[in-house]
Amino acid sequence: MPVDYLPILILILVAAAFAVIALVVPFYLGPRNPTKVKSDTYESGKLPYGDARRQVPVHYYMVAMLFMMFDIEVVFLYPWAVIFRQLKVFGLLEMGVFIAILLTGYIYIWKKGALEWN
Amino acid sequence: MEPIITWLANLLANVSWWPWPAPPSAAIIIWVVYGLFIAFGIAPLAMIVLTWLERKIIARIQDRIGPNMAGPFGWLQAVADAIKMLTKEDTTPAGADRIPFNLGPGLIAVSAVLVFAVIPLAPGIIGSDLNIGIFYVVAVGSFGVLGTLMAGWSSNNKYALLGAFRAVAQLVSYEIPMAISLITVAVVAGSMSTLTIIHNQAVANGGWYIVAMPITFLVFFLAGMAETNRSPFDLLEADSEIVAGFHVEYSGMKYAMVMIGEYVHMLALAGLSATIFLGGWRGPFVEQLYNAVPILGGLLGLVYFLAKVLLFIFVMMWFRGTLPRFRIDQLLDFGWKFLTPLSLFNLLTSAFVVKLFQPAGTAGVALPAGPLAGFGGLGLTSALLISNLLVAFIASLAVRSLARRSRGNVLKAVAGVEG
Repeated sequence: MPVDYLPILILILVAAAFAVIALVVPFYLGPRNPTKVKSDTYESGKLPYGDARRQVPVHYYMVAMLFMMFDIEVVFLYPWAVIFRQLKVFGLLEMGVFIAILLTGYIYIWKKGALEWN
Repeated sequence: MEPIITWLANLLANVSWWPWPAPPSAAIIIWVVYGLFIAFGIAPLAMIVLTWLERKIIARIQDRIGPNMAGPFGWLQAVADAIKMLTKEDTTPAGADRIPFNLGPGLIAVSAVLVFAVIPLAPGIIGSDLNIGIFYVVAVGSFGVLGTLMAGWSSNNKYALLGAFRAVAQLVSYEIPMAISLITVAVVAGSMSTLTIIHNQAVANGGWYIVAMPITFLVFFLAGMAETNRSPFDLLEADSEIVAGFHVEYSGMKYAMVMIGEYVHMLALAGLSATIFLGGWRGPFVEQLYNAVPILGGLLGLVYFLAKVLLFIFVMMWFRGTLPRFRIDQLLDFGWKFLTPLSLFNLLTSAFVVKLFQPAGTAGVALPAGPLAGFGGLGLTSALLISNLLVAFIASLAVRSLARRSRGNVLKAVAGVEG
């Protein structure tokens, strides 16, 4: 029912208002005298050098890609879970096959070493 | 919510002092008030009460006293900290990306607050009973990751960037076991609505899901702990390695917003666990009392719900007080190689058991009864418990054989080096 989402919309607006107020009000409450030293980034007391934004190590890309695959599989599971009781035994077998294919890929990436960190 | 809305609607029907043409509908007023209560009431309160509670509990675990000077038991200390945060200077580091830097803390806090829309606090008190309730929780929770990433990337700080990398790896990895365990609950309950899930945990329908599905609960709770960045999964903050991770450059209220996000997320996880696995506001006498005197029944339900939430929050703080932090490879191994396959197998076996024991019914279409439906809710619960324990036993056997093999490989490698 679309009307069920009206409270969600209201809550989003109220929560966003809370975040905006909480971030804007201290702007006027606190002191403001930025200096060059104060706005240096923190590097354990050393003088910061260079830009902090480096290339992302490839491990993190691997995790992100694995997540994409698994998350899409999981999205297919949601509707199945809701109508599961209406389905006959075929529904169970079908999902068994689906998860078996998923697990085949999972074992493959495990054997290939995609889940190893080093 | 309906009784309150009808009461307010009757009240508003007789309003004569409203200056504008049409008075706003009662439902909208209630929802705005409830939203204000959650965002401006629960969120700051969670920060103040939970920081105080955490400092006290951790202090006791470490054989200290904790804050004890400001106010009785030192509880004013947290209030004083909150006021201090409000009046601190708000600094922005040089070279920071201003828009994401300012947006990040807000996103983190908002995403945590939004979860409360589908958590019933007491019988009849819920923001909105969505039919996709627990899917909504996963969806809303995952844009908190975006806030964390924005905060870490925009700070122009190397520690913050490392924290953001770790955030992506960790939060994203643990979302999968969490989602699958929630799907398991949806299969057993036959619905994703939180009210239906609570209804199905009545004693007549088989009782609390933590009894029926301990493994599902364990996977959900551990993955949830990782999602809330709580120790021992606090790699993205890791004070002793990368200072404070993604929020190292934040000061004043922005830092406080990150903390509000963390504590509200913690409260939301405890509330969800209580709702999904401990029956929410369910407890002795709540329903009888609610049918007789709704206000008293509601209050009793609220008391039960808060007791369950505090139990889970205590467990989380206990974890933090006793367990050392994971290393990142251990963390990802635990998520990908243990929790994910465990939750998948658990989903399949639970679905099988549900198919055997499901009662006949109608939900739009006729639902066929399972061959063992005669055993009722108690039969389903005990069968699910047995299947869960079986999955846990098989998982422990698999872990043992894998560990033996890897130990053997290490021994062989060592022997090869030495020989």
